[in-house]
Amino acid sequence: MPAVSKGDGMRGLAVFISDIRNCKSKEAEIKRINKELANIRSKFKGDKALDGYSKKKYVCKLLFIFLLGHDIDFGHMEAVNLLSSNKYTEKQIGYLFISVLVNSNSELIRLINNAIKNDLSSRNPTFMCLALHCIANVGSREMAEAFAGEIPRILVAGDTMDSVKQSAALCLLRLYKTSPDLVLMGEWTSRVVHLLNDQHMGVVTAAISLITCLSQKNPDEFKTCVSLAVSRLSRIVSSASTDLQDYTYYFVPAPWLSCKLLRLLQCYPPPEDGAVKGRLVECLETILNKAQEPPKSKKVQHSNAKNAILFEAISLIIHYDSEPNLLVRACNQLGQFLQHRETNLRYLALESMCTLASSEFSHEAVKTHIETVINALKTERDVSVRQRAADLLYAMCDRSNAKQIVAEMLSYLETADYSIREEMVLKVAILAEKYAVDYSWYVDTILNLIRIAGDYVSEEVWYRVIQIVINRDDVQGYAAKTVFEALQAPACHENMVKVGGYILGEFGNLIAGDPRSSPLVQFNLLHSKFHLCSVPTRALLLSAYIKFINLFPETKSTIQEVLRSDSQIRNSDVELQQRAVEYLKLSSIASTDVLATVLEEMPPFPERESSILAKLKKKKGPGAVSVNELEEGKREGGELNGGGERGGDNSAIATSNASTPSPSADLLGLRAGPPVTAAAPSAGSLLVDVFSEAGVNDDGFLRDLEPPTESSDSLLAEGPGDSDSAPPSVVSEDPAPPLPESNELLNKFVCKNNGVLFENQLLQIGIKSEYRQNLGRMYLFYGNKTSVQFVTFSTTVTCPGELQSQLNVQSKPVEPLIEGGAQVQQVINIECLTDFSDAPLLNIKFRYGGALQNLTLKLPVTINKFFQPTEMASHDFFQRWKQLSLPQQEAQKIFKANHAMDTEVLKAKLLGLGMALLENVDPNPENFVCAGVIQTKAQQVGSLLRLEPKRASSDVPINRAQQ
Amino acid sequence: MIGGLFIYNHKGEVLISRVYRDDIGRNAVDAFRVNVIHARQQVRSPVTNIARTSFFHIKRSNIWLAAVTKQNVNAAMVFEFLYKMCDVMTAYFGKISEENIKNNFVLIYELLDEILDFGYPQNSETGALKTFITQQGIKGQHQTKEEQSQITSQVTGQIGWRREGIKYRRNELFLDVLESVNLLMSPQGQVLSAHVSGRVVMKSYLSGMPECKFGMNDKIVIDKQGKGGTTDDPGKSELGGSGKQSIAIDDCTFHQCVRLSKFDSERSISFIPPDGEYELMRYRTTKDIILPFRVIPLVREVGRTKLEVKVVIKSNFKPSLLAQKIEVRIPTPLNTSGVQVICMKGKAKYKASENAIVWKIKRMAGMKESQISAEIELLPTNDKKKWARPPISMNFEVPFAPSGLKVRYLKVFESKLNYSDHDVIKWVRYIGRSGIYETRC
Repeated sequence: MPAVSKGDGMRGLAVFISDIRNCKSKEAEIKRINKELANIRSKFKGDKALDGYSKKKYVCKLLFIFLLGHDIDFGHMEAVNLLSSNKYTEKQIGYLFISVLVNSNSELIRLINNAIKNDLSSRNPTFMCLALHCIANVGSREMAEAFAGEIPRILVAGDTMDSVKQSAALCLLRLYKTSPDLVLMGEWTSRVVHLLNDQHMGVVTAAISLITCLSQKNPDEFKTCVSLAVSRLSRIVSSASTDLQDYTYYFVPAPWLSCKLLRLLQCYPPPEDGAVKGRLVECLETILNKAQEPPKSKKVQHSNAKNAILFEAISLIIHYDSEPNLLVRACNQLGQFLQHRETNLRYLALESMCTLASSEFSHEAVKTHIETVINALKTERDVSVRQRAADLLYAMCDRSNAKQIVAEMLSYLETADYSIREEMVLKVAILAEKYAVDYSWYVDTILNLIRIAGDYVSEEVWYRVIQIVINRDDVQGYAAKTVFEALQAPACHENMVKVGGYILGEFGNLIAGDPRSSPLVQFNLLHSKFHLCSVPTRALLLSAYIKFINLFPETKSTIQEVLRSDSQIRNSDVELQQRAVEYLKLSSIASTDVLATVLEEMPPFPERESSILAKLKKKKGPGAVSVNELEEGKREGGELNGGGERGGDNSAIATSNASTPSPSADLLGLRAGPPVTAAAPSAGSLLVDVFSEAGVNDDGFLRDLEPPTESSDSLLAEGPGDSDSAPPSVVSEDPAPPLPESNELLNKFVCKNNGVLFENQLLQIGIKSEYRQNLGRMYLFYGNKTSVQFVTFSTTVTCPGELQSQLNVQSKPVEPLIEGGAQVQQVINIECLTDFSDAPLLNIKFRYGGALQNLTLKLPVTINKFFQPTEMASHDFFQRWKQLSLPQQEAQKIFKANHAMDTEVLKAKLLGLGMALLENVDPNPENFVCAGVIQTKAQQVGSLLRLEPKRASSDVPINRAQQ
Repeated sequence: MIGGLFIYNHKGEVLISRVYRDDIGRNAVDAFRVNVIHARQQVRSPVTNIARTSFFHIKRSNIWLAAVTKQNVNAAMVFEFLYKMCDVMTAYFGKISEENIKNNFVLIYELLDEILDFGYPQNSETGALKTFITQQGIKGQHQTKEEQSQITSQVTGQIGWRREGIKYRRNELFLDVLESVNLLMSPQGQVLSAHVSGRVVMKSYLSGMPECKFGMNDKIVIDKQGKGGTTDDPGKSELGGSGKQSIAIDDCTFHQCVRLSKFDSERSISFIPPDGEYELMRYRTTKDIILPFRVIPLVREVGRTKLEVKVVIKSNFKPSLLAQKIEVRIPTPLNTSGVQVICMKGKAKYKASENAIVWKIKRMAGMKESQISAEIELLPTNDKKKWARPPISMNFEVPFAPSGLKVRYLKVFESKLNYSDHDVIKWVRYIGRSGIYETRC
């Protein structure tokens, strides 16, 4: 390119710029600029025409003023005039002005486009390049419209100079990025791909950027580039460092091109052609080998270029994730870098290793570097490197090294930077939970966590501890002991007080035997922290106190004294005041029985996805924690938490529920009892839903007026207390065990035939069923709630055990594919052969985003579905009733109602059960009597039912007879 | 309370940095520089909040003074202090400039130690300060115990602004009424807003501990006296155009020496004056303002490339008085490419660097008028935006008070020494200047 000759140096411009530089203040600068602008205006306005040189000078000044931040609203015409000049410098300044200052002004755009067209067709490579640069710099839609057709032609034309080709490729890339719809490659595709074979390395480098971008959008069209790229890469890699002359950078042949080629290959899966693949593997091996060679130069540029290629190669290897040999070699190479004295290299090594750790082939190899990584976490000077080290530790953690890693992270946490503490805390909490072998270790770890970094322990973390402690009997005593000890520290964090309050309130009795932790000592310890805590914690402590009254009646007077004190009962905070008043009343009025019921130990929480994990995901953004890892974690966590107790005594529960008139019973049925009315809501508020993601108000009063039905249901069912089993999605080919909730789900359908059977983030299953005599037909609707399609969707209905001979179930196959947002229907025919007590299982399997989802539900088929209502007169009824006198013919059950007894509701429930409700049969109008015939294929069984609600005692004897 | 005080030059380099409280860190200095002095957009607000730290700044020529605090302070107090500090510095070494600040940095630190203590403003009276903060270096040995105790008693005493035992051969008193008149007028000559802000500045060279009493034609006082039956001689007014007798003062503030209790009860201004120069009071009026000049603009656009401007100014006060330093500034459009000016009186010039035609007249008597006409050539631009037509502004100085304020008396009583009111030589002067005096065109 022609250099600016000395005569072209614009003196006026230099003077102006130095004037501006010398200005003492902003005001002086503005004055100088105003003066210059007035001068330029008068020059442009002047009658005599300006020569090219002065035009260029003034346009330059305008440009300079614009770059200083002032508006320029004239001079465009002069700049456009410069475009038609034949001098390089004038044309260049003209284009510069246009590309910096042009706006979509219609008249000028036409002129500019015209000038660009002229230059593009001028055959002068310098001018063509200037025009292409201008198009790329402006890159507007108008430019794309005008030239998107022209540039590909220039790019692939045989007679175009190499430098112009480079510019054309990059210009096209820019236009494609701004308006992809206007750049249509179509016919040019193969010729563009073949630019990879170009003799000129510059052209290849420019073209590869374009191809990479294009192939990301439509990979299929550019598939052919893979083999070309591989052969190009192998030629570069195998060349001696002197072969490429100009393109050898500090003894490394064409580093930029190599990196770009490797990046292009990352857009595609491993090549299928064996020869190509072999060649590529060879290349990658060569690159890894070269990294081992002694450096050819001590210069940092040399090692930078070499490492750039190496890291790009490693990410390609990770991308393919199919060559165990290469993966392990890459891991070893990175291991060397971990100890390199260059901080950037260590950072990159840690970052790449993080992704390597999630590959099954290299996980073990990564684990060998644990000592180095831990060392890095402790000694690195740069916080970002430490952050990467922490990430890597998290990624490489598994059952075998969890204890070590968690211990290290905990000890690091004491000195960690504030910016990463919260994340570290979450990670420690997750790892501790995920890989907990014994729960005392888990409890220790989390309490330590709260002690060390209490401020950074989010609500989710301590919710989780409580969840786990409540769901695991074996750890409760230990937990109580540990929190008691932890609370003895003179200063402990508020979160610790929360955990302590909750756990002692629930399980303080487990350690009360020890005189050092007698009830009163426990209470005094908790109360000593009371005044240092915030309002929500105080509220929690008050709840713990009332629980103490139940656990240890001997503390009653002390606690009542505390509740009665002015600082509680007249507290300015309405929540605290209300609690104090209500608890005081509750403790003084209610009998011990009532207290024991109201303040019963918390029911176990249903298992959900750890909210901590969700929080970490949110914090890191998607992709930071790989999906595999999460799934794996879930599986392990599931096995651990569920271990062996899964299933429970389902049939027993099913039967006991079948006879319950109110399937959606809830704990607050107690409200019917008049003495505890006032206290009931506060009792409800003890049911802290510690998992609620949205649980901002951790034990908010009003919200808990309606306690979580799931947990109260399980109270009623008295069984599934220990069924904190499988998480919703379990990755396994075998049918998953039924969901813990399936019993509750089943109960919902005892008295109704239609509704939503199941729902999670992915899937909703609706149900609609009808029964006639011993036959039933059930419609299942599977709705995909996501926007991604489910593939290989399949369902199977099975009858476990002896149910096979009792029930005949046939299902029609469903479509294997459910589009996002779509719904499919499945019909199931059911025939009742003889009476049964279990429910058939429905197993659903599908792939969502590559991950196998597998869940099992119970189909809500219960014996009462086959009831046929029978009308009967009073006389008949009682005659038959009396006939049924044999003990096996009669079942009587007296139970407490969980709801207020509402006649209409009861009627509806009884009708839903399938029997006929007989009016005016029983002499006592309060009683309900029903009659029905259960239709099975083998026999017909008549049954009579009598429900005698006794309001005074809230007891309901229920008689059920069968014939 | 003020946590720290920084002084920067125009480049944002720190000249003076004094931190009074621990909550202000070193980075506060940089935060202000980056976010205010070097801000991309010019920061107009005098108060800037950066990371829970408040910066109060004022600018004197090219110098930035910034007070920093993390607490919720009274902003008015901080600004009052900053202005006071400027006054003190001016009294010590003249104009506040980078050079002067650099040359006197030891003195400034000494002053800062004295007038701010742990962020609380202390005595900032120049007269009092000058007795113990001097530029003559240490002369502690020569100071007698008596003198030192005198300083202590003065600084801590009731009359902190004046020391005892002052003696003058000639008891003299200078009183200046300095006013600046602000105006915004519509092209048709309608007053859109106008107010006068004035100051009464005194220079007193009086012996002993004199008691002074200052009287002016405050409307409330005059009306009270009017009821009492004593009427002033009508038509005695020496002032400009109007012959009105009393003025309505909207609000006023006093020097700390004025006894406010007495002002509140009797509305009389009595005080023991500090020695030397000080500002006795500040006031503001908005009613019945005498506008010394009237500007009549006439702008005509001839096509897209030409503009004709004609401006007439009329002086509106007694013909015997002379206005001085008159300057009319006529803004020109941003795409002006050439200007021709003709004026009858004074000199007019197109100043491209300021985008304005500046017309200067040295002197002008009352009840006269003068005219300028200009032809402005314009360059056609791509912008379709219309010219915003900024107002024509004016500067001048007149020898009367545009608010109509008159000094009725200034009495001096000194009971202990043997001079009376009549022996004091008193000088009174009125100066009216233009503030923002604009007329839309």
